[in-house]
Amino acid sequence: MQIGMAHFLVLSAILFTLGVFGIFLNRRNVIIILMSIELILLSVTINLVTFSSYLHDLTGQVFSMFILTVAAAEAAIGLAVLVSFFRNKSSIAVEDISSLKG
Amino acid sequence: MNSFTPPELITAFPEIFLAIMSLMLLMLGVAGKEEKHKTVSNFAALTLLLLAGAVYRFCHGSNLTFNDMFINDTFGAFMKVLVLIGSAVSVYMSTHYLERQRIMRFEYPVLIMFSTLGMMLMISAHDLISLYMGLELQSLPLYVLAAFQRDTVRSTEAGLKYFVLGALSSGMLLYGASLLYGYTGTTEFTHMANVLNGTGAVSLGVIVGMVLLLSGLAFKISAVPFHMWTPDVYEGAPTSVTAFFAIVPKIAALALITRVFMGPFGHIVHEWRQVIVFISVASMVLGAVAAVRQTNIKRLLAYSSIGNMGYALVGLVAASEEGVKAIMIFTAIYMVTSIGAFAVVLMMKQRDRMVENIYDLAGLGQTQPMLALAMTVMMFSMAGIPPLAGFFGKLFVFQAAINAHLYALSIIGVLTSVVAAYYYLRVIKVMYFDAASDDTLDRAEDRRLNGLLAVSALALVLFIIAPGPLLTTAQAAAQSLFAL
Repeated sequence: MQIGMAHFLVLSAILFTLGVFGIFLNRRNVIIILMSIELILLSVTINLVTFSSYLHDLTGQVFSMFILTVAAAEAAIGLAVLVSFFRNKSSIAVEDISSLKG
Repeated sequence: MNSFTPPELITAFPEIFLAIMSLMLLMLGVAGKEEKHKTVSNFAALTLLLLAGAVYRFCHGSNLTFNDMFINDTFGAFMKVLVLIGSAVSVYMSTHYLERQRIMRFEYPVLIMFSTLGMMLMISAHDLISLYMGLELQSLPLYVLAAFQRDTVRSTEAGLKYFVLGALSSGMLLYGASLLYGYTGTTEFTHMANVLNGTGAVSLGVIVGMVLLLSGLAFKISAVPFHMWTPDVYEGAPTSVTAFFAIVPKIAALALITRVFMGPFGHIVHEWRQVIVFISVASMVLGAVAAVRQTNIKRLLAYSSIGNMGYALVGLVAASEEGVKAIMIFTAIYMVTSIGAFAVVLMMKQRDRMVENIYDLAGLGQTQPMLALAMTVMMFSMAGIPPLAGFFGKLFVFQAAINAHLYALSIIGVLTSVVAAYYYLRVIKVMYFDAASDDTLDRAEDRRLNGLLAVSALALVLFIIAPGPLLTTAQAAAQSLFAL
């Protein structure tokens, strides 16, 4: 079987969907949400590299480098906020993020 | 092709200057032992204000640089001036509050400056890559700011919620950007506009990519299907941070949406018009209906801002020069009104403790008539009562919609505006007609807040006498967006 562009795009779409569902269906742990966010960003990277390779254009790969860099910064800030939340609440369960409502 | 010409830096001078100044203030804050937060904060406000003046004075015409990734035009200059003034004001008005809450640290103004830099890059973005980088530079400091009061559950929870939903939205935006890149073969806006020039069918990939890009951006202006973070974050974050959230980032995100949908997607209006009509109507309706039962003034203003973004999007649906002009006038007036409203919220104290309930305003008409009068001006302006500026903001938006033959949209807009007037008027009723409880609000003593409140109230009242300058500047700025 020939592996073509469609296979890569479908893979990336599946990963993206998994990431989005991981955020909404997960009721247990915020760490899983952070992992899902990484999954979304990496699925985008696969998409960009695939297009870049098939279009014979480097822009997509440059874009994916920027995404990797920003994803690292984003994870650092997310974990920092999570740590300060844990200090106040002593829990990182998703059900416990519920003091603001209305 | 192989020769390298260095980019023309002068086009991006305001951004470069702001980046250097923020890094210098960061070093100033870190170095030495004694507390320097006051110096840093004053310097930050001054820098932002001076830069607003410089952008207003020197940025004209339309220049591209950094391989066409960055554009500096009159439209961008108008929005940048608004963003810079808004940021300067929010730094200026927050010092007293932060000191009282014992969370005044020098990082606060520095984070606001970095976020402002991100907003300026967003406004000037002319490529999907620079769009994404600007958006992230704007968002990352905002997550930290929301969690700035790090020893309380409410503030850190607001930060966490904002982070998770913000990261999800930028993921969607990126997925859309990758599809657009794949199906148009470029990330640069002018090339994309040439590819999507309206001749021939638009491929499904482009439409899906465009809608995903729009959902990421709609999150940033808290338009309706992506609004759920707004009330929680507004309530949980420290009040001065809420003021910043309400005043500034929406201007930048609105400018970005306008630039993207008038530029690369300008020829395929028929493909995106229904989507934005839906977002706009949903925001107006939810902003009007959901705010009715709120008693926390920060949540009330959150829903009010959702509704106001719906009105601003009406101007975008018109997809004309008049519509863009209306968006700009509307945002300028909305910014002034938010500054005034949040100045009042920052003054709401009882026996030195901050309070946030609407009913804490009871009897304000008797105890502090001037403050009550200023708040009345803000609320009347947001409701759109004629002689005040807020009325003209809405008027221009709906006029643009009617000239684009969008009658149903305009009628829905006016009706929701009437519903929304109920809760603005309720605030006024509580101030003047409800009996004061034994606990009344402390006297407003902060000179900075009083000054800002007076200036914004006067601006809203006197707008009708001299609307000329704002109208002509907005007209020129709107023309520059369509000149390309």
